[in-house]
Parts: sequence; structure tokens; C-alpha cells
Amino acid sequence: MNAPLIGARIQRKEDYRFLTGAGQYTDDVTLPRQSYAAFVRSPHAHAKIKSIRKDKALKAPGVLAVFTGEDLAAAKVGGLPCGWLITDVNGQPMKEPPHPCLAQGKARYVGDHVAILIAETLNQARDAAELVEVDYEVLPAVVDGLKAKAKGAPQLHDIAPDNTCYVWALGDKAAVDAAFAKAAHVTKLEFINNRLIPNAIEPRAAIGQYSRSEDSYTLYVANQNPHVERLLMTAFVLGLPEHKVRVVAGDVGGGFGSKIYLYAEDVVVTWAAKQINRPVKWTADRSESYLSDAHGRDHHTLAELAMDKDGKFLALRVKTTANMGAYLSTFASAIPTILYATLLAGQYTTPVIHVEVTSVFTNTAPVDAYRGAGRPEATYVVERLVETAAREMKIDAAEIRRKNFIRNFPYQTPVALLYDTGNYDATLDAATKMADVAGFASRKRASEAKGKLRGLGYACYIEACGIAPSAVAGSLGARAGLFEAGEVRVHPTGSVTVFTGSHSHGQGHETTFAQVVADRLGMPIENVDIVHGDTSKILFGMGTYGSRSIAVGGTAIVKALDKIVAKGKKIAAHLLEAAESDVEYDRGVYTVKGTDKKKMFGEVAFAAYVPHNYPHDKLEPGLNENAFYDPSNFTFPAGSYVCEVEVDPETGKVKVERWTAVDDFGKIINPMIVEGQVHGGLTQGIGQALTEGCQYDSSGQLVTGSFMDYCIPRADDVPNFQVDTRETPCTHNPLGVKGCGEAGAIGAPAALMNAITDALGVKDMPMPATPQAVWQALKNKKAA
Amino acid sequence: MSVKISMKVNGKPASAEVEERTLLVSFIREQLRLTGTHVGCDTAQCGACTVSMNGKAVKSCSMLAMQAEGADIMTIEGVAKADGTLHPMQAAFKEHHGLQCGFCTPGMVMNAIDFAKSHPDPSEQEIRDALEGNLCRCTGYHNIVKSIAAGARAMAAGK
Repeated sequence: MNAPLIGARIQRKEDYRFLTGAGQYTDDVTLPRQSYAAFVRSPHAHAKIKSIRKDKALKAPGVLAVFTGEDLAAAKVGGLPCGWLITDVNGQPMKEPPHPCLAQGKARYVGDHVAILIAETLNQARDAAELVEVDYEVLPAVVDGLKAKAKGAPQLHDIAPDNTCYVWALGDKAAVDAAFAKAAHVTKLEFINNRLIPNAIEPRAAIGQYSRSEDSYTLYVANQNPHVERLLMTAFVLGLPEHKVRVVAGDVGGGFGSKIYLYAEDVVVTWAAKQINRPVKWTADRSESYLSDAHGRDHHTLAELAMDKDGKFLALRVKTTANMGAYLSTFASAIPTILYATLLAGQYTTPVIHVEVTSVFTNTAPVDAYRGAGRPEATYVVERLVETAAREMKIDAAEIRRKNFIRNFPYQTPVALLYDTGNYDATLDAATKMADVAGFASRKRASEAKGKLRGLGYACYIEACGIAPSAVAGSLGARAGLFEAGEVRVHPTGSVTVFTGSHSHGQGHETTFAQVVADRLGMPIENVDIVHGDTSKILFGMGTYGSRSIAVGGTAIVKALDKIVAKGKKIAAHLLEAAESDVEYDRGVYTVKGTDKKKMFGEVAFAAYVPHNYPHDKLEPGLNENAFYDPSNFTFPAGSYVCEVEVDPETGKVKVERWTAVDDFGKIINPMIVEGQVHGGLTQGIGQALTEGCQYDSSGQLVTGSFMDYCIPRADDVPNFQVDTRETPCTHNPLGVKGCGEAGAIGAPAALMNAITDALGVKDMPMPATPQAVWQALKNKKAA
Repeated sequence: MSVKISMKVNGKPASAEVEERTLLVSFIREQLRLTGTHVGCDTAQCGACTVSMNGKAVKSCSMLAMQAEGADIMTIEGVAKADGTLHPMQAAFKEHHGLQCGFCTPGMVMNAIDFAKSHPDPSEQEIRDALEGNLCRCTGYHNIVKSIAAGARAMAAGK
């Protein structure tokens, strides 16, 4: 029998093709007779479109077609749907303004899609796009969420007065108010969770193809969930039968949320492919990515924590304004509600919590899930408050957390979630030790001797992953199920192809999932291939986001494996002339209890496909099974981060000196891959706190529209990470897994800002803590 | 206006009639169909398009194809041995999990190979500095740094 593969540091199966340039990303696909598209985008944040003249552009060399919103409307192409209905405090549905694929009469953000121009070559398309004459009447714009809901603000949508999409609340307000009234101490913070631009290094891309002979479409697209893309596009926008549309998302160069959504470009190139009867290819340049990929975060929050005299948390009150951008992106409405408010208990026993969220439209790019999606914002609220409370009450920051940790599981929070398991002391104790918190005081003195400031900060985060039980999601407004599907196809000679509805765009599923399968079937990992990302091959899938792939997609595969093993047992019993109840199975070997009789899995597979000696009266030939898995609960990864920074007060430059992360992801299949996910997540979290901040000017122009102006972390912005894990297995899936993809991005900003504010000796400062912002914070402190 | 260009790419002669404004990366991707060289930005920041020109790592998005006239170009497709065996730098990226989505990887590897020629035993800081022009959004650079350190040493040892 082979060595166990679960828990092993197996090198990745997918690496060879990426390392040799053989990956096939969407822009690498070239179809016969392919044409090229360029989008004409609004240069104004808010403008009436008085007229669009195509004639000059149509006469330009190589131009095949120009389509506008009018053409789409005439063809009855619908708008982009939102997949989550939020019901407001008055029981009314959220305001869902139309989200046209090409603007209908009005453009609402810089980069909004106005027309598509299609030509023989990319250069011709881009040149001719400049010749499309759009007559705009510029309107006043609003980009800030708080200003947008104020009286007199420019109004984006007729159906959304005060630009308000919804006011939504969760929790017992009266109980919270009562708890605050008797609190010994209240810690209050007001801050902005800065807007981020995801910036997967592969820009979005889409190629639409239409076959007249089959009357069918194929869309190649950089996307995290091809079946969801197809469902939304066929059922809600183009009105096509699903079986006539194939969506292929092959190799995808990073997603981080930004490639979950159905985008206007995807729809328009698919539709246009039929109009001109040629494939239509569009690839974003980076400037278009900045303008039109769904952004993340952008909350304004007022948060208060009530405590007794010993630092025991009594109540939490949170009021948030969430900026949705100009339109509702695919899952936008759920992010600052379902994925945010429900996480505000954190790792603590805070008995009552009330949160109110107002979501508003502004003249900015749509905002949706970005790595962590609501949970980083929640963690930031809780962990900045807790650290600030500790400082105000002069309690050690680790100690105040221990005073309030949840220790009895399952634990029902006051904000709807039921934590199945966890051990927060284990991760905090380990992190404190690994970070050598005991030695911090002497390191601080050493920094001070050099004229530098040194600070230390914690964050103890929790996240709800493995999204989600469909029934729960449905009751909360989800307009889709959230299960996952998997299929295990055993070939006659015993090798295996697995089809999964999860999608890998860097996560390494081709390795991790193969480990799960090969371990169960007792075969070398080379004998198992994982296929994903093509609706014509995969039976169905809800895709990858919310750290759900192993917990939901992996479990679907395990359920299919259960069926394979069970059928194999019947076959083995027949071959071994034993009662089925006497046959046992362990990693590739069927044995008869109490005897030395056995059959290898490969022999059983062969018998299933060459069924000469086979129980035909009881069984069909073949060995191919699928399963759909709908989890019974979320999973709850949690962990503790300790960050230590050194700040140069002369320049305001922050150097992250030490970073310790101890996470509890439940059982781990491949520690090497998990560590990589943590490193990447931490770096995106460090980016949010230190270098990244989307800025629009007051007229709605995107000021941070390139890698030169919007700084994603470079190699010298981040430290070498010390990472470790503790395992409390998830109680409700067979692998005991919880998911690890977002943790770093969730916990890192709070830990880093806690460290920076500690170093500076200030209560709060805004993210990102750029040298200028840090220098300003120190100057303000001196002046105060 | 179009212009005829000729160069050597991965050891083989390559020539074509291209528009004068054609970028080297477009020539490599569109004309030669070598799609391992990627385009991740339009401001020469991300480094996904890095190729080797006459032995030096260059960003193929920020030069015209005609500027490479007569040059010896190597792309990621030309790095492994003819029998498919990975170059020591590629092997180090695999061993140390120096890639996730793989999109920045070709540029990282091309830059790392050039860097390693002059840094047979690089320090962590030297590697981080050398990556200033190569962006990765997945790995947090941690394992890329480890990969390049190991790859450089393996190259120096002549593996």
C-alpha cells in the first residue's frame, strides 16, 4: 500500500505546464476567423448620453461592427442580475436598478460600457473605438458613500432615492442599548475600510463564439465559476437555453473574487459573436481592469464596544455605510450584510450585538467580493476595537482576548452563526510564543536607540467559509444554491479522472484533490487527474470563492468516492465469492474479513469494464459515480496573527519586521499549498493596510488607475512569514477541513494597523499607512 | 506601415512582416504563437512579459519588435531542455511552491535566471530587490524568494 497522501507536501501536478509556458489562459486561445473587440467607455463619472455616432468608426479600416445599448435593447438583451436579495429593515426588497450591459441613456462611472467596436485586428479595433462619437451631457457626480446618502446629492438611479440600495440590520438593538447603558467602559472607533482594486495579474478576458450549424455558443472566459456564469447569462440576460451555451474557464491567472461575476463584456462578446457570425475576442488592458473589475471593501463604520470594569465584553454596536458603486454587481448586496454582520462576534462571547448597514450607490466602479469579502471588514471592526479597548483599559492585548474567548462549542453567536468547533487559546498561545512577544520590549528599546519606533499588534480572526448550506443561504436571500458537484470516473485499467465544479485559479486543486482521491483509492497520485473549468465536461458546479473548494467541492468528490468504493465492494464480493458484508476496504484493497483473500482496486475496476465474471443480476457494469454535496453548516477557520513593525519617524516608512501566523484550518491535505495560500493572503492584507487604496477625485475620475499609482505589494514590502497551524477538525464534513484561502487577507490588516498605532502611540489612523499618512499621523499627534 | 523583422527565437530563426508599432511581446504571442510570455499591464510594471534578449532579461511589452532585429531571444518555452527536463530555476520554483496561478511565473523565471548569473548565492534582500519589476498577486513572494535562492545555487553548482 502507498504511504498516506493526506497531509503530505506533494509538489504540484499543475506546475510543469505553468513553468514551461504551456498554460492556456483565455488570451492564449486563438480561434479561426477570430475578430477583436474594444469597448468604448465613459470618460465621465456621471453623464447623459445624448447621441452616439458610429459612421466614422464604421468606415475605419477593418471595422466589422459597432453596437450600443440601443442595439442590445432592440435585441432584448437583459441587464446584469444580482444574485442575492437583501430585505431591508422595513421588510422591503433592496432597490435593484437596471444594470445594462451597454449604457442605456446614461453612464454612471468612469469606465462604464457605452459601445463595443469589433474589427479584424486588435489595433484596428482600438484605433476605431476612438472614432465612435459620443455626445455626453456631464452631470454632477458623487463618489463617497456618506455624501451619496445625504440630501441633495446627485441621484444615480430613479428607483433608489437618496442613492440608497437598502438599510439592513441584524441583532437585538434594545438589548445592546441596555448593555451600553450599564457599561463600565465604552471604546469607540470611526474609520474607513479602504476601497481596494483586486488586480489579479491576468487581466479579464472573454472570447465569444457562435456556431450556426449547432445554434450554440461557446464563451472562453477568465472566470472562477463557469456554471454560475452560464446560468446567469443564459437564464437572466440572453434568454438562451443552457444546453446551447458552453462556458470554458481554463487556466485562470488569479481571481481573488474579481472573476466570480458575470460582467458586461462577457455577455456582449457572446451576443456579438452571433451578430457577426465570427468569434469575438476581448482582453482587458490593465487600465480597463482598474476601471471596470469589481472593486472591494469601501466601508465607513462607527463601532462601539461596551465592557465591564474587568474588560469583559458586554455588547457591540456597529453602524456601517457600504459603497456599492454605480450598480449592483453579482453578489454585491450580500457582502456587507450576510458575509460581514454575521462575523462580528469574532472569537468572543460578546452576548449582544447590533449592526446596521446602509448600502449606497455612487459614481464609482461596482464593489463586490474581494478576497475575504465582508469578513476582513468585520475582523477589522472587532480586532481594532478589542486592541484599542485593551490599551484604554490598560489590559494586555492578548489577555483581554483570552478573557473573552469562546471555549464551549458548538456556540451560537448573537449574529446568526453557529460555530461548530474551535480552539482560540491554542492558536493565540502558539502565535505569542512563536512571535517571541516576551522579547518585544528589548527589541523596542533597540529600535528606539536607533531613533525608530516599534510596535506590536495582534489580530484573532474568525471567518465563515465553505459557503454554504443552500437552505440557509436561500433563507437569507441567495438566489442560487451553494452546493458543489463532483464526478469520479474510474477507467478500465484503474486510473481515474475526477471532474469537479470547483475551479482552480492558483489554489492547486489538481494536486490537493488528487491527493484526496489517490489516498482513498490507494494509488499513486499520477494515476489521478482533476478536470475543472468547462461546462461541457463537468456535470455542474458553483465554483470557487469563500474558501469553499476543499470543504464543499472536496467533500462532493469524497461522496462520489464513497459510491465508487461501495459499488467496488459488491464487485469484489462477487469475485471473492464472499458475502458483501464480509468484505472490507482500505485504500485500494478489498479483503474478506478473517481470511487472506483480497482483490486490488484495479482488479475490481477492470472487472467492472470487462464484466465476464460479474454480478449482472445485481449491478450495472462500469465504475463512474457522481455526487452533489450541500453542507449542513459553514466551516469556521480561525487563527491568531502577531505583527511587529518598525517605523522611521523621519520618513513615515513602516517596515514589517516580523509576522507570525498560526491558523486553524481543520485537517490539512497539503501543508505546502496551505502555507502558500496564507503567504498570499497575508500579503494582500498587508497591501490593504500599507500600500493599497483606491482613490477617485471628487469628479469621479479614478486617480489610482495603474500599477504606478495603485501600489500592490512588491517583494520588498513584505517580510519572511513565520506560519504554523493548529488542527481542530471541522465536525460536519468527512475530511474535517475548513478552508484556507482568505484567512491571511482577513486577519492581516487589523494586526498591522494595531502594530502601527502601537508604534506611533495614536488611537487610530487611516489605511493605507503610507509614509505620508504615517508622517501626518505623527505630526497630528505632536500638534494635539 | 509594415516592416520586415528577423531574429532568433528559442534557437530558431523567426521573421515576419509586422506593423512598425508592433511590440515585441505581440510578435512573440500573436505571430509566433508562443503564449507563455504574458501581458499583465500596460505600464511596464508587472514583468509577466519578461524574456531574455541576448542573454539579458527585458520586458517585451516595452520595446518594439523591430528593436529586437537580429537579436537572440529566449522565451519561457525555450528554457527547459529539449527532452522536457526543467531548467534548475524552473525545478526550484516547483520544489519550493514558487507559483500559484502561474501567470506571473514565466516572467519571474526569466528574470530569476538572468539575476542568478550574477548572483550565484544571493541573499534574501538581494532577491527581494531584484524582484522590484516583477509583480505576483498570489504567493506573497515568500516562496518565490526561496525558489530563486535555491535555483541560483543549483545553477551555480551546474546542476
